[in-house]
Amino acid sequence: MSLLPWTIYVSLAGALLALAGGRRSAAAARWIALLTAAGAWALTLLAATRFVPGPGLQTLTDVPWIPGLGVRYHLAADGISLTLLVLTGLVATAGVLFSWNIEERTGEFFAFFLTLVAGVYGVFLSADALVFFVFYEIAIVPKYFLIAIWGSTNREYGAMKLALYSFAGSAMVLAGLLWTYAAGGGHGFGFAELAQAAAALSAHQQIIIFALVFFGFATLAGIFPLHTWAPTGHVAAPTAASMLLAGVVMKLGAYGCLRIALPLSPLGFAYWQGPIAWLAVIGIVYAGVVALVQQDLKFVVGYSSVSHMGFVLLGLAAANARAASGAVLQMFSHGVIAGLLFAVVGRMIYDRTHTRMLADLRSLPLRRLLPFAATVFVIAGFASMGLPGFSGFPAELTILIGAWHANPTWAAVAAVGVLVAAAFTLRAIQLTFFASVEKPASPGPANPVPLHFAPISLAEKAGAILLVGATVLIGLKPDLLLNWINPALQSPMFQAVLKGGAP
Amino acid sequence: MNEDFPALFFALRPEASLVLGALAVLGLDISVFRRRTPGERLRLALGVGILAVLAAAVFAAGGARGPVFGGVLIFDPLAVAARMGVLVLTLLTLGVTRGAATPRHAAEYVAIMLFAATGLLLMAAAQQLLLAFLALELASLSLYVLAGFDRARPESAEAALKYFLFGGMAAAFLLFGFSLVYGVTGSIDLPQIAGEIARQGFNPLLQVALVMILVAFGFKIAAAPFHLWAPDVYEGAPAPSAALIASASKLAGFTLFTRLLWPGLHAAAGNAAALGGTPGWFPAVAVVAAASLLLGNLAALAQTNLRRLLAYSAIAHAGALLLGVMVVGRSGPAPLFYYASTYGLATVGAFGVIAAIGREGRCEAIADLAGLHRRSPLLAACLAVFILSLAGIPPLAGFFGKFTVFAAALRLDGLAGPVGWLALLAIALSAVALYYYLIILKQALVAAPAAEARPIAVPRLAALALLAAAGLIVWFGLNPAQLLGLFSSGG
Repeated sequence: MSLLPWTIYVSLAGALLALAGGRRSAAAARWIALLTAAGAWALTLLAATRFVPGPGLQTLTDVPWIPGLGVRYHLAADGISLTLLVLTGLVATAGVLFSWNIEERTGEFFAFFLTLVAGVYGVFLSADALVFFVFYEIAIVPKYFLIAIWGSTNREYGAMKLALYSFAGSAMVLAGLLWTYAAGGGHGFGFAELAQAAAALSAHQQIIIFALVFFGFATLAGIFPLHTWAPTGHVAAPTAASMLLAGVVMKLGAYGCLRIALPLSPLGFAYWQGPIAWLAVIGIVYAGVVALVQQDLKFVVGYSSVSHMGFVLLGLAAANARAASGAVLQMFSHGVIAGLLFAVVGRMIYDRTHTRMLADLRSLPLRRLLPFAATVFVIAGFASMGLPGFSGFPAELTILIGAWHANPTWAAVAAVGVLVAAAFTLRAIQLTFFASVEKPASPGPANPVPLHFAPISLAEKAGAILLVGATVLIGLKPDLLLNWINPALQSPMFQAVLKGGAP
Repeated sequence: MNEDFPALFFALRPEASLVLGALAVLGLDISVFRRRTPGERLRLALGVGILAVLAAAVFAAGGARGPVFGGVLIFDPLAVAARMGVLVLTLLTLGVTRGAATPRHAAEYVAIMLFAATGLLLMAAAQQLLLAFLALELASLSLYVLAGFDRARPESAEAALKYFLFGGMAAAFLLFGFSLVYGVTGSIDLPQIAGEIARQGFNPLLQVALVMILVAFGFKIAAAPFHLWAPDVYEGAPAPSAALIASASKLAGFTLFTRLLWPGLHAAAGNAAALGGTPGWFPAVAVVAAASLLLGNLAALAQTNLRRLLAYSAIAHAGALLLGVMVVGRSGPAPLFYYASTYGLATVGAFGVIAAIGREGRCEAIADLAGLHRRSPLLAACLAVFILSLAGIPPLAGFFGKFTVFAAALRLDGLAGPVGWLALLAIALSAVALYYYLIILKQALVAAPAAEARPIAVPRLAALALLAAAGLIVWFGLNPAQLLGLFSSGG
């Protein structure tokens, strides 16, 4: 367990090394990045083998940082953080593998990539709200540059929109946290201290503070109607950044909601529970319906991410232990599946065909040309639909059961979202890989598409197998993660908000 | 008055070494180095200047503490820290001067910088109105000259003229305000003034004096609506001059302003809890802060000139710094000093980068930064640190500056008073600010260089100064307690 903080330091050191290595050769930067990402992932797995599940955070590091303000550099982990740490390592490693073809400014690419990963590790390990916030912001800036420099399709717009949404969200969080901190007399930013300070405020103030913090975090989790940065950002991002964004960064927002916002003010949460649940449900259905009519394959995946994150938010809003454990499981599951989908669409297909428009793709015999991509995409699609045997199934089922206990209507509407997800996923699979190629290729005379593509590289295969393996493993044995998650939800901090429903 | 001249000399050794350094620069330049090339003369002048500043820093670190010369000067933690800050910022400014285009009279340029620093040092420690005014004038007159030093560019002359006219007006206001304070209280020593005001209570004449002083300092720190000179001066002045104006001069100005308002006039603060309550300077400062935050951030959005953008960002930061001034009574000067000094580091650095780019070609529009990552990875990386610190991204020092100031503002009386709301406004506007800071970085790190752009060679001294500034920003960001802790004992 005490190894976990090293994930942050190793990633940061790797970022510097990749920057230095990139000046010599692109290959050096790639290998440094791969070793770093895999090394940090190995650390999380090693820690997982020694992990003893239990309620409450297990402190890893705790030293005073700014004594005058009561800020401590406090890192800790429980089953929830561990789940997400393992996810981060997995997606980061796969992300490096799927970025093997980055030729332009390779060293800088991996430096930004690993800095982002370090920030994400830091967020999941923080047990002090200010440290949490610092890592949270460290993760924002690299996203902008990853998209603006190496992205595609309207990248500067997508990058700026994403950065501003993230930063505006974090400004709301900062305002709420500072307000609580100041009201509590400025003793510290520990989660419990903040909750104590908030409890002393009037109900009216608690409601406002909760809204600031929760919706600030939920912006990054893609809550309707603050989700619009997500599809444009994901589409504009280079493959590895899309994978990290959808796979891990959106989880930062959801994790912030769960770890900080909910325990901060149970009273404020009680006031906002209904609206949050409805926004989540609307997000599930709305994003699904929008995904159904997209012409750009990457937009389909982008909107599907918003839809799936709606399940996470619904699980949090339902506020019982079962729904919350489902939400964490869904974070993991969606992280893996979204990573896989973006990898197929962005790396395997787009980097070869240079088009993502469904109309163009359907005129290509892609199933024959890229059989591996077709197989992986179908598997990922099934996982994304929530078919049994893949991780999406136990996650969404747990959330729906939990939500049913809280309010059957939410569960019923969200279940419609599952059907919509099946519809848009099948449509995407069908149009991309299984359309009949009767019509002659007419993708536009300016851009004739060659009918021969570079074969799927070893790096791509390795990355895809990692992610597919993870989703199948958790689909078949969700208890691996639920055994970590459920005890963590028994801590007093969570029990103050989560009521009813045995885990 | 307790006229203890040896103690005075002991306390003013930093000022003495700066003045001697300036004289040495001038003397050596017209004697030994008269026939050398301009580049060599600049290097010599900078070398002597840097030695003088280093000597001053050594003296300041081990210098006097407490009131000196009957309380004309005060060396409390704020004064000591601000003097050290001024010296460090001056040192960095001298360093980046090496990277700028060589000025025509390099020795004079460096000597006047040292004179300006002398004035700023005195401002940071002055506790008597007369000395405060003289120190301010010494610094201001030097800065006017520095702003107009580049005689080849008409913009520089325009900047100097505007700065001088506005500054002269502000000085007149300040003197008028001081004379009214003297008239009301019969003293020019701040402790006595404070006692007298507390005894007499508030009177309308004092109100007029307060407004006068506020106007003058609003000018000095470029707060709205007294900011009009700033964009033109930042744009027209030679980059190292702008660096000094924007950093060390601001730090010293805020120190003097804080000393006037809190130890001097705190009895006239007025009601902190509500606008429109008891008259006093508190509501007026709150209004100026709000105006600066709004105007600075919103006007910066529309800028296409890099230096004007930095000027408007400076106005916005002045608004946040005024929040820091308002919380001194409750939380001490630590948040204000931390913010002002780290802001100074970032600004010196940003202007240093501009200076280095300007040496090889144009650096006016934001678009002139295009492809900086190709032309000079060092400058691009340093610029990223400076700009992100200005934007308030952790773990850089700019974030903790904002954080400590806002936390202190909210602790003042929560959202019951205007200060808490100002803090929330400032937090909201920081999201706006990120946009224009990212526009700068987009050009520097994302855009491809223009076809004719060449790599930029940065002289070693300038590179060292930029790296030092960036390093300090990261260091103080990771260890904010190092600066904040200066005030924990007795501040």
